[in-house]
Amino acid sequence: MTTQNLVLDQAAAPRPARPRKKGRSTPYLLIVPACGILILALGYPLVWQFITSMQKFGLSQQFGQPPEFVWFDNYVTLFTDPYMWTVVARSLAFCLVTAGVTMVIGTLMALLMDAVHSAVRITLQISMLLAWAMPVVAAMTVWNWLIDWRRGVLNSVLTGLGLDFQNHNWLATPLSFFFIAMVIVVWMSVPFVAFSIYAGLTQVSTEVLEAAQLDGAGLSQRLRFIIVPIIRPVLAIILLLQVIWDLRVFTQIRLLQDAGSIASETNLLGTYIYQLGVGSSDFAMASAVSIFVLVLTVALSWFYVRSMLKEDDS
Amino acid sequence: MTSTVNSTGAAAGAAPAGPRVQRTDPPARRPGATGGRRRIRPVRIVLGVVGIAAALIWAFPVYWMLNSSLLPNVTLQSTTPTWLPFGGSFDNFVAVFSGGTFLPALGMSTAIAVITVVFCLFFAFLGALAISRFRFRGRKAFVLAVLLIQMLPAEGLFIAQYKLMGSLNLLNSIVGVSVIYIAAVVPFTIWMLRGFVAGVPADLEEAAMIDGLSRTQAFLRITFPLLAPGLVASGVYAFLQAWNEFTVALVLLQDNSSQTLPLWLRGFIQASASRATDWGQVMAASTLVAIPVIIFFLFVQGRMTSGLVSGAVKG
Repeated sequence: MTTQNLVLDQAAAPRPARPRKKGRSTPYLLIVPACGILILALGYPLVWQFITSMQKFGLSQQFGQPPEFVWFDNYVTLFTDPYMWTVVARSLAFCLVTAGVTMVIGTLMALLMDAVHSAVRITLQISMLLAWAMPVVAAMTVWNWLIDWRRGVLNSVLTGLGLDFQNHNWLATPLSFFFIAMVIVVWMSVPFVAFSIYAGLTQVSTEVLEAAQLDGAGLSQRLRFIIVPIIRPVLAIILLLQVIWDLRVFTQIRLLQDAGSIASETNLLGTYIYQLGVGSSDFAMASAVSIFVLVLTVALSWFYVRSMLKEDDS
Repeated sequence: MTSTVNSTGAAAGAAPAGPRVQRTDPPARRPGATGGRRRIRPVRIVLGVVGIAAALIWAFPVYWMLNSSLLPNVTLQSTTPTWLPFGGSFDNFVAVFSGGTFLPALGMSTAIAVITVVFCLFFAFLGALAISRFRFRGRKAFVLAVLLIQMLPAEGLFIAQYKLMGSLNLLNSIVGVSVIYIAAVVPFTIWMLRGFVAGVPADLEEAAMIDGLSRTQAFLRITFPLLAPGLVASGVYAFLQAWNEFTVALVLLQDNSSQTLPLWLRGFIQASASRATDWGQVMAASTLVAIPVIIFFLFVQGRMTSGLVSGAVKG
């Protein structure tokens, strides 16, 4: 791609002189296996998907007819389909709300870890690590059990508090479905956010904070003028990662759908692709949506990749 | 403990600091600020309580999984929840093992995870060596590709991978899934190992070569042992990814006889939609899937956080 060449050209000019220069073919031999598997498992599918997204894949193609090349017709069909826009809007809303809530709670947790006694902090860290370590599907079975409408502990507790939640089905309406999905995703994501921000907080020097305190800076001022500017790069990267991850959320949604809700009312981009491709074998449309998701992700990832490249230069 | 240092230090320094520095904020605020530091104890206690409450909320689902896994179905069917697993047993675990579907899924998951770890480590190690020990034309492009690919969502590619594996006759096979997993994990592993390889100074190797070792010997005897922690961490990372992965497995392994553990667990969720579920057994099953992960995860946690955001911290 052009961007790659661009970076390559820039890098070619002031190349850092390394002592080792012999063995000119060695580095290429070293990256052959990695490149090979990446081309096979990602490169080829990517190209196939791009071509397929511009083909017509109807019923006759499922019986072996060669597909017809229709350029961008699928994309036109896709983006004039109101359902696609519903799914896109739903995905964006879910992603932004979930990422926002995750960031807020994660930051609060990090500040909490920083403020409390070390015994409390370690307890908090252990329980967060447990939540973080849970395999996603195992976590989903547990959450399905927690919110089970017949015997789930959530309904029991809420009913015990005097609210009428006997046999309440949390997955019945889309709004409540997405609320539960958000709670689960937030529960899973907060540990990573909290630990990363906490790591950032430990880099804020106590001398600077003390000096500010001596000069009369209150907690909010210290937070605003010292702590936030120092951890801002961490916050930015983590927010970006959360947005990217929440935009492509699939497993949680799919497994909540499995537990009994109407898929068409709760589809996000990932599950929509699954339904198109695996469910109704419409590979062209599925590919078109996939390409859309890929473009979106790569565009969003660019900032993250750039900051990692900076690290590579150092 | 830092706060005690803070408060005493601040209290001692407070009096002379006032007249010496010209500050814009009114001195009237200062007693308030010092008072705040004095009142820190009750605040800390409140924060401590909040912290414990948060810890309980976050651990609760995991606790509930363990608790339910030990209780018999009769107890779980009651309308009042049983909070502690008194009178519990390992019957649910026995039932899961004797159910006949757990062990094949365990075998499938283990095979895929082991293949992924071995090949991923080998490929990634070579790649990491290339980018951290050599400057070559195309290096920057390779690094960029590695970083970008790492961000590609499985959800954006699984349809194409499904068709690819279908055309190679590798659907429902260990090899097909493993190939996708290796490719998915290799980029991040290269990135992770790169730090470790760069951490071993090339001078060390060169010194050994001056002392008469061949390049290969120097590498095997000097560099490789120093890399072992990095290889372990990356290996565990690859294992966890392969063990937990759901999306690609769901698409590539549609046959009931070839299921990984996540797919096998999913079967329980699906079943719960239509009929009354033996949640005790499901939780025992989840526990069995989760335990190796939790153990391994605690090993690599620190490495994973720092790997993902170290660029940002340095930024």
